[in-house]
Amino acid sequence: MSIAVWQKLDYMARSFTPFGLSLLLVILSVVPTHIPGYAQIAPILALVSIYHWAIYRPNLLPLFSVFILGLLQDLLTGTPVGLYILVFLTVYGIVLSQRRFFAGKSFTVYWIGFAVVSLVASVESWVLASAWNLALIDFNAVTFQYLLSLGVFPIVAWIFLRWQQAFLQQD
Amino acid sequence: MEQRPSALLRIAAPLKSLVQRFMYLGLIAAAFGLMLLGKVDAVLVDRVRAEVTDAVAPILEAFSRPVATVSEGIQNFQELRVIRDENAKLKQENARLMQWQTVARKLQSENVALHQLLGVVHDKSAKYVTARVIAGSAGALSNMLIVNSGKYDGVRKGQAVISDRGIIGRISEVSNRSARVLLLTDINSRVPVLIESNRTRAIMAGGNTARTKLIHLPPGARVTPSDRIITSGHGGAFPSGLPVGVVASVSDGGIEVQLFTDFSRLEYVRIADFGLTGLVDMSVQKPTSKSKGGGKSVKK
Repeated sequence: MSIAVWQKLDYMARSFTPFGLSLLLVILSVVPTHIPGYAQIAPILALVSIYHWAIYRPNLLPLFSVFILGLLQDLLTGTPVGLYILVFLTVYGIVLSQRRFFAGKSFTVYWIGFAVVSLVASVESWVLASAWNLALIDFNAVTFQYLLSLGVFPIVAWIFLRWQQAFLQQD
Repeated sequence: MEQRPSALLRIAAPLKSLVQRFMYLGLIAAAFGLMLLGKVDAVLVDRVRAEVTDAVAPILEAFSRPVATVSEGIQNFQELRVIRDENAKLKQENARLMQWQTVARKLQSENVALHQLLGVVHDKSAKYVTARVIAGSAGALSNMLIVNSGKYDGVRKGQAVISDRGIIGRISEVSNRSARVLLLTDINSRVPVLIESNRTRAIMAGGNTARTKLIHLPPGARVTPSDRIITSGHGGAFPSGLPVGVVASVSDGGIEVQLFTDFSRLEYVRIADFGLTGLVDMSVQKPTSKSKGGGKSVKK
């Protein structure tokens, strides 16, 4: 019996990693880096995670966990509760509906896909925050945040791809 | 081996996607609902936020320490290169400050003498709690810090948060072991200030940008760049005279203030208890306790 149980436990632990890694990125995004000017345009790392797993293993990052990630991001970063939930759900929804398009495509396409999706996310977060505060939020910071997210994307995505090859190959 | 989908599967698959679609819409509706709830019952949302922050605080603390050490190391290395220039500059500054010190000593003794002569009532001296910054976000959507002391350490909502250079914000939420600081740059921050040189009153408003703006100036007020801005103490939330920043630019678009503190470099902050109840607590206070005090908060 023990082998079966261990196998099951092992599988469960591996299956948990997409959510676990995303959670880690949400928490990391609020850790102070002490880099001057960085905090103003710190990228939303969890967005990369949600984009990646929605393409490759949506069954391991179900809708509910996306909701929880968004909620935690809102609660920790101090944005109006619901803002990042909506942004994350939008990204997840878009990617899931276009999943077939990404199958077997090159890394560049995968990157460009993120550029499009995170542009939608940035604009959405700007619109929601402006509506919430009843004032137009400075768009420049959102733009730079978007550009930095694009720059950071290959690094985070590469780690995820390697992780997936190493630990989540069986299905 | 080819299998034909059974009848059950043929019904189940679209049904599943339908359920998922409903769930998706349901969760989106829930998110909108949460946003509305935040508008309607901000106190509840704040409490939940504080509790969650408290729960995550140990993890944040664990992460923030090595990050701080690394950045300190990098900073040390960078400073090593400019150490000679820095030294010369500091010597010059020291000479200038020595002069200031004699002036200050003279003024201080004079001030004490005059205070005694006039019988001035002094402000209560403040109690300080020093806390470590364990999380922060400063950007287009929110500007806040999380520090690692809370109710247990005597931190209360509305207290002023100060760095070595001046005021940086106020406590917006407190839980047992952590507290959230609303930075001056946040779009929800409004602080009554004075222009130090001519004592003109104004309100300093954040806008989720690096610089803050002065609003509600009296007509005909004269403001020039490099004027120092200090807190005015009006409203009773902050004591008067805490340094805030300098006027960076005056234009048709408004008066911009450059704050003294660089938020990205903050590692420790002081939370000051000046014994002021101020406007912040008014909503929480019960009307009965206010009427007993004769409409004033006479806490001495």
